[in-house]
Amino acid sequence: MEPEEQSGPGLVFHPLDQFIVKPAFGDGVVNWYTVTNVTVWMGITLLCIFALFVLGSRGRAIIPSRTQSVVEMIYGFIYKMIEDISGKDATRYFPYVMTVFLFILFANYLALIPMSYSPTSMIAVTATLGFGAFIAITILGFVKNGMGFLSLFWVSAAPLALRPVIALIEIISYFVRPVSLSIRLVGNIAAGHVVLKVFAGFAAIAVASPAAILGIVAIYGLEVLVAGIQAYVFTILICVYLKDALHPHH
Amino acid sequence: METETNQVAGVCVDAGGYALGMPQLCADWMPNQIFWLIITLIAIFFVLSRIALPRIGAVLAERSGTITNDIAAAEDYRNKAAQAEAAYEQALADARTEAQAIIATAKADIQAELDIELQKADAEIAAKTAESEAAIAEIRESSVKSITAVAKDTAKELVLAMGGTADAKTITAAVTARMKG
Repeated sequence: MEPEEQSGPGLVFHPLDQFIVKPAFGDGVVNWYTVTNVTVWMGITLLCIFALFVLGSRGRAIIPSRTQSVVEMIYGFIYKMIEDISGKDATRYFPYVMTVFLFILFANYLALIPMSYSPTSMIAVTATLGFGAFIAITILGFVKNGMGFLSLFWVSAAPLALRPVIALIEIISYFVRPVSLSIRLVGNIAAGHVVLKVFAGFAAIAVASPAAILGIVAIYGLEVLVAGIQAYVFTILICVYLKDALHPHH
Repeated sequence: METETNQVAGVCVDAGGYALGMPQLCADWMPNQIFWLIITLIAIFFVLSRIALPRIGAVLAERSGTITNDIAAAEDYRNKAAQAEAAYEQALADARTEAQAIIATAKADIQAELDIELQKADAEIAAKTAESEAAIAEIRESSVKSITAVAKDTAKELVLAMGGTADAKTITAAVTARMKG
């Protein structure tokens, strides 16, 4: 890394370089099966979830240990969210929602480790999550309700004359859901990391470094909040969409 | 533009290894991310649904069961305590009643004894009184007799001393008449 030599006159940062996908072992072309830095950090995410949820709950204690209480708290938090928002019959989809929530939560927080890689800042990842959830929930809606699922777009509470217009708006907003889901997550996480990197670049300049380091600390604190909030928002929206699929009648 | 490093690293980085545009939008890297994401999600899903979530669910259910049982047991103990208290109160009341009964019986016994003794004493007193009255009557009677005898004798002697003659019959009759009058 020698940006001074490369950039010549003036400062040139490369804040987006942190998102480059490269093979984890050796050099070469990134094929679909190549073990890359993305793979490594997704694997670490999996290991952390395994460590917390499997090793942490190993005691099966009636009076839980600290780790076990954390696990139980997360469990209860998501379970209650599904129960409250999507209804009692939605709790059978609890493992799926939990999987998505934990992946985003852990990926977001692990990305805050310096030199780490953030899978949730890649649009391919968040779009897969968002569209995957969208398609699965839409299929579920049709399986559960048949054509009755379309009544989601036909708002019977509205005056008859307005219903076609509202239906059009509802359909558009329905298909925007996965886009907003994935863009929101990727935007928040990627933007945070870019800002951190830009501040880090300014920290190399002696005059600006105190302010830059202060900025890094502040943005880092904000990112800690954002990491949790984005995982929460993603999950709660999935719960809302799940409710629509299970109970489309307003 | 097409250099050796470029060929190796792919189309989304330049010769220096820096990103060209947003790495997020590099289509060459997307299949890799999607593939590993799906693998990771499946792995997480199996870890959660096969091991972690059933275990945690069981622990939570067991805990709520234990708490419910403990509360029920506590309720049971409280009821038992209340029962014991009631039994104690009952025993106390019984003992009090019994004591009352014993006192009443004792009082009655003593009263009866007292009555008998009083009666006995009364009877004794009555007997003594009757005896005394009899004795007094006897004394009175004997004294009247004595007086009569003395009066007869005196009358006879007086009659003789007056120089009269008197047979005993007349004098006796006269004295008796006088005594009566």
